Amino acid sequence: MQSSQIAPRANLAGWLYVSPLVLVLVPFFVAPILVVLAASFFATDGFGGLTPGFTLSNYIEVLHSALTLKLYIATVKFTVLTWIFTLIIGFFVAYFLVFHVRNQLLAIGLFLLCTVPFWTSNIIRMISWIPLLGKEGLINQALLATGAIHQPLEVLLFSDLAVVIAYVHQLTIFMIVPIFNSMARIDKKLIEAAVDAGASRFDIMRLIVVPMSKSGIALGTIFVVSIVMGDFFVVKVMSGGGSASVVSAFYEDVGVLQYPTAAASAVLLTLVLIAIVSLILRTVDIRQEIAR
Amino acid sequence: MSAMIADMQRAVVPATNKAIAPSRGGRPWTFYALSSLFALYVLALYGPMICIYILSFQDIRGGLVFPMKGHSLHWFVDLFTQVRTGDVKGSFDRSIKLAVIVTIITVVISFLAGLGFRRRFTGDAVVFYMMIGSLVAPGLVLGLGTGLLFQALGLNASWYTSALGAQLSWTLPFGVLVMFAVMSRYNRAWDEAAYDLGASRWQTIWLVIVPVLAPGIVAVALFGFTLSYDEFARSLQTAGSLNTLPLEIWSMTLNVTSPSLYALGTVTTIISFIVIGVSLGTIVLIQKKRGGQAKG
Repeated sequence: MQSSQIAPRANLAGWLYVSPLVLVLVPFFVAPILVVLAASFFATDGFGGLTPGFTLSNYIEVLHSALTLKLYIATVKFTVLTWIFTLIIGFFVAYFLVFHVRNQLLAIGLFLLCTVPFWTSNIIRMISWIPLLGKEGLINQALLATGAIHQPLEVLLFSDLAVVIAYVHQLTIFMIVPIFNSMARIDKKLIEAAVDAGASRFDIMRLIVVPMSKSGIALGTIFVVSIVMGDFFVVKVMSGGGSASVVSAFYEDVGVLQYPTAAASAVLLTLVLIAIVSLILRTVDIRQEIAR
Repeated sequence: MSAMIADMQRAVVPATNKAIAPSRGGRPWTFYALSSLFALYVLALYGPMICIYILSFQDIRGGLVFPMKGHSLHWFVDLFTQVRTGDVKGSFDRSIKLAVIVTIITVVISFLAGLGFRRRFTGDAVVFYMMIGSLVAPGLVLGLGTGLLFQALGLNASWYTSALGAQLSWTLPFGVLVMFAVMSRYNRAWDEAAYDLGASRWQTIWLVIVPVLAPGIVAVALFGFTLSYDEFARSLQTAGSLNTLPLEIWSMTLNVTSPSLYALGTVTTIISFIVIGVSLGTIVLIQKKRGGQAKG
């Protein structure tokens, strides 16, 4: 973009510094994506062997099956529900930490408290819902004891509800961190000025806080959407096999060595993801946002 | 993620008065509503995890749900002695080794890339978006691609080759993004000062930039280690015949219905907490030392 103003020396130095990064990303990101793209046009012998060639039959198969539509509807449903809940919880948790906790050290401590589970195992955090949500789990026991229900609720575990709970549990952190980051940069004087000018709490929220945390919301949305759409193990375990998403179907396809159809479906999913992410990126300059 | 580091650094800077409207004076009702929400969130965040730690200490009659049936270390012993639960010890060993290798590579490459991205250069956007792509791409798909690639090249997939690369494609974007946030607080005038005093480029990096950025570098290491240690989707198709720990846990979730699963969860979380504690402790220590020096 500004190549004419950049000295060749600076270019060389820049590329030297990022060359190790490129040397990892090319073989382990670019090449695998190209391999999957190529495999989606190959034919298969049905036993995991791939015959190089060019056929669109895999795409036709994927696009023609009624299952594909069902998978995408399920995936979109999980994504939208998770996004709404993580956004609401994440936004208000960040808002609380930034605007309501008066002691800075306490705010940082509470923030760390929210982030620590991010550095622990996702699978373990997912299965930890079993003793709570199960048929004989704590929630059912408590509800039975209070007499609110007479039969244990079965929809709690191994259901779509459990899938959404597990996602929200894992991913709210991805909303809290970027939103916290952008909210922490809002000049508090601005809010004082708004109060002095007679703005109500709702006005401040609507006209100052939300617009100024937009970039954080965008970043968090990218994380949540791409993780939910690319996930398969939460759907597989928490739905008890009752539901499937695009990638969990991909996982089953790979399990029975149906590489080309799996690849075709993966390519379609990647295109959808790219479309969503670039749409979000149009509203926010992510690079500037992080470096700010 | 980057915010965390930034804010830890802000912590040592004397905090400006944060008690500003809408929360000056008496607490408004929103404070109570939001603090209850926060408390509930933290409860939901940690509650389930604490449940499985407690349940992993049952005795031999133990099941997957409450109430507790006795207490013993039976399931921990079971975990490391039973063949039925798989090769827990071996996978544990591999995961730690792999995480250490990934951490070292992530720190070095992220640091260099962070230096590179300080100035714009032709094509920097390409590298940047390649990194973002690597971050948001579905892990299982990338893993399958890597597995097929190794197969096509006639190489054997194993945890220290293909899985190492696949994990780096996940840890590096995080590492570089954290480095971005850290670097943005580095004043380039310090470089100039070092050059003026006769430092070489290498001396400037080693004697000025690295010490100044030390807390951020520890944070990158924390990301590298924990993300690799818990990485699952990208390793699934690339680890070859020997499992890493998350793959072992995955196969246990599908087969094992005893508290050994919880015991493994407890053990692996303890390791994570130790790593997190050591990293955060180191960051705080560095900051404290600096604060002391500045005053003295």
